[in-house]
Amino acid sequence: MKVETKKKLDIVFKAFLIITSLSSILVTFAIVLALIEDTIRFFVHPEGGGFPTSLFRFFTETEWTPTFVTKKIGIWPLLAGTFLIASIAMIVSIPLGLIIAVYLSEFASWRVREAIKPWLDFLEAVPTVVYGYFALLAVTPLLQWIFRFFGIEMEGMNALSPGIVLGIMILPFTASMVEDSIRGVPQYLREASYALGASKLRTAFEVVVPAAKSGILASYLLGISRALGETMVVAIAAGMYPNLTINPLEPVQTITGYIVQVALGDLPFLSFEYLSIFAAGFMLFLITLFFNQLAVYFKSKIERY
Amino acid sequence: MDETLKLKVENLNFYYGSFHALKNINLPIPSRKITAIIGPSGCGKSTLLRCFNRMHDLYANVRYEGAIYLYPDRLNIISKGTDPLYVRRRIGMVFQKPNPFPKSIYENIAYGLRINGIKDKKVIDEKVEKALRDAGLWEEVKDRLSANAYSLSGGQQQRLCIARAIAVEPEVILFDEPTSALDPISTGRIEDLLVELKNKLTIVIVTHNMQQAARISDFTAFMYLGELIEFDVTEKLFTNPAKKLTEEYITGRFG
Repeated sequence: MKVETKKKLDIVFKAFLIITSLSSILVTFAIVLALIEDTIRFFVHPEGGGFPTSLFRFFTETEWTPTFVTKKIGIWPLLAGTFLIASIAMIVSIPLGLIIAVYLSEFASWRVREAIKPWLDFLEAVPTVVYGYFALLAVTPLLQWIFRFFGIEMEGMNALSPGIVLGIMILPFTASMVEDSIRGVPQYLREASYALGASKLRTAFEVVVPAAKSGILASYLLGISRALGETMVVAIAAGMYPNLTINPLEPVQTITGYIVQVALGDLPFLSFEYLSIFAAGFMLFLITLFFNQLAVYFKSKIERY
Repeated sequence: MDETLKLKVENLNFYYGSFHALKNINLPIPSRKITAIIGPSGCGKSTLLRCFNRMHDLYANVRYEGAIYLYPDRLNIISKGTDPLYVRRRIGMVFQKPNPFPKSIYENIAYGLRINGIKDKKVIDEKVEKALRDAGLWEEVKDRLSANAYSLSGGQQQRLCIARAIAVEPEVILFDEPTSALDPISTGRIEDLLVELKNKLTIVIVTHNMQQAARISDFTAFMYLGELIEFDVTEKLFTNPAKKLTEEYITGRFG
């Protein structure tokens, strides 16, 4: 082959690579643009009072009923439901994720680790709808049975059960990210601790975990993003009632749950009700973007020894 | 030899898996002296050093045979029944690369004290100061004890690691090429420090640097391919070695 043709081939191939990599960015931009476009349509829609009244109502009203005859468009009930469930999920996922990660990286022998890891991956491969029905049909009745001992009646739809199941669902994700951070801690720090006569447990929690703190924090922030955006579990087990509450025993609706509910109905295209899912979705987008950026920031602070 | 013994290695064999790394080592370590272990790379000198505080236990597939006695109680360090945590509280270690914890200067020393069960804040404060003074670091860091240890220079970090080791008042400190990552001035300070420390404790130092061994040690052991070739008073070993191999090594014909 002549040098000329080789050069031309190089250029063609390079162009092909650039276009393929750009396409993923383009898709992202297209999604954001579509989201912004319909969000703007929502806020200028006469049924919401038009801009800027609608934006004001969005942040000041305490009820979310865009599909009702009297339309209230306060985002707070959906945000409360979203954060309530994400918080419960993180309360489950943070300590369990840390314990699993520390066990796998500091205590388990190679053999045990190789035996456990496929099961963690398996947990990740279970379809989310299965988790949803697990929450609804197994965890909720169990919780109701437990709470009955304390004389508390829990509703069939509630935030607690999907929150717990969501926490378990994101466990493989958080645990393996935390484990990666812990493994990144150089061996010589462990040796320094052992050489002073420290036990494995003390070394793990007083030297290794603090040394990996930025990476662990970044892992949890990404975990929060995932919990905030999860859909199926909450759509099935949390209820369909936008509820401004912090009581985990009551039914709640998350932003994703609301989007599913409206999308399943047959609302006219570009109607106010239809557009409301974009406004709510845009809100969710901003929140998860915030947590992701925070995670990126902490990742950049990961200590290099 | 009329020295008091601190450690005694008897017929020690050590294996990494099937690799026979230390072959039938017999070595006395006199109390309150500096004993240097020299030899070319891969001769097993660090491996031997890490037997003294059971550091190899952290890794799978290793095996000790023989005995290492710690005096005065003649505790067999490598016996299965001996708790390595207990051994490590009596025998400290300073590593090749300065490895302070990513914590404050104060915390680096307080950590070891807490492991030893000291909880009283006042006692910890006193012991931190004493350790830093003994390591010749106090004047440089007394105004920034809460600063991160990584803000110190390499030489200061290594002196902090020495302070961390001496704070818990061990009977022996093992030094694994403690100055190989440092500049000549920092190296000089640490060598002076070692000579001072031997008034209080026993020092075993592994070094690549023969001049260093000649400068600071009282006894020197020469190792080659997992075997102990010669052990003697430093001056004698360097001026009039008994074995031909030792002579060839110290005159720089190999290694």
